Amino acid sequence: MAEVSQNSGNEKTGKVRSKKMSTKIDMTPMVDLAFLLLTFFILTTSFNKPTIMELVMPDNTGTTQPVNKDNVLNLVLGENNKLFWFEGLGPGVNETDYSKDGVRKILLSHRQNKNLMVLIKPQDNSKYENIVDVLDEMEITAIQRYAIMEYSTDDKAIVNAAIVNR
Amino acid sequence: MGKIKVHRATPSLDMTPMVDLAFLLVTFFMLTTTFADTPVVVVDIPKSESEIILPDRDRMIITVAKDGRVFFDMDNQFNRMEMLKNMGEKYGVTFTEQELRAFAVMNEFGVPIRSLPQLLDLHPDERKTVVQNGIPSDSVNNELADWVVYARLTNPSKLRIAVKGDRETNYKVVKQVIETLINRKILRFNLITGLEAEAPKPKS
Repeated sequence: MAEVSQNSGNEKTGKVRSKKMSTKIDMTPMVDLAFLLLTFFILTTSFNKPTIMELVMPDNTGTTQPVNKDNVLNLVLGENNKLFWFEGLGPGVNETDYSKDGVRKILLSHRQNKNLMVLIKPQDNSKYENIVDVLDEMEITAIQRYAIMEYSTDDKAIVNAAIVNR
Repeated sequence: MGKIKVHRATPSLDMTPMVDLAFLLVTFFMLTTTFADTPVVVVDIPKSESEIILPDRDRMIITVAKDGRVFFDMDNQFNRMEMLKNMGEKYGVTFTEQELRAFAVMNEFGVPIRSLPQLLDLHPDERKTVVQNGIPSDSVNNELADWVVYARLTNPSKLRIAVKGDRETNYKVVKQVIETLINRKILRFNLITGLEAEAPKPKS
């Protein structure tokens, strides 16, 4: 016969029996790998992406507009997370903190004044976190008019006088 | 009679749905993961309640470390190479093709431009061990201002400028950086913060 016998076992019966392979394959190694990858990616993913705060500064060459001192609230950021505030040109400097019950209450109580202008005056040795906190409070209390200003010698005199008097 | 047939449940169980789910999750995490490059300087960013997410592209980040060192970073390799060429021309420092390429793929850096070729010639692994002293940003020698200018030239319309400061950084250094930006007519920029936890912790 021209037939090529494939299997010696079939010779006896003469029947060509196609060998049935199981259609199931062992997927265990693949699943193992999948879970390994899953664990790896879960552990390496960081969901807390950094956020940003918008900050718009005034042009230092532009014209300046005088502000009525009755509408001004000064926040002086001092060293060691200290925060002083006074209205207009003082006197009457008070100390507060950056918490919800501190600066936020003061800002909210001043907010009735529609022309309120908050001047943020960070001292050189205040921390960056302080200024971010204050800017954040501006956002929370929805105060539109505020500016970061230089802590001038006049401010220094007002604050120092108040500290000495205490 | 009287024989109790023990019903044997097959011990195999159909795991197909679980495997499906596992692969779905693998795919999800693979696609969402971005590998964080090892930072040159570790910065503990302050918290805020802002919910605007820092974009992944077209951004320039000025990092101010705890000790006041200033670092600079920008995305897009082509823009980086162009920026470095222009900076080199201005300061009379020539960079080789290899150095340009090394600069394109590296992260933030914090050295004066004259020391930059030295830093770029190092192997990336060696680079991590070098202490970088920060980019000069004071009024006497303000290289940061030029980096900002040339960075903006490469991507004038879209580049977002962000300042990333450490919580403990003295405001004095941050003020220098902000003044540098204002002097270059950049009045609108961003401060990088982390998302505030639910209950703000009391501060002393």
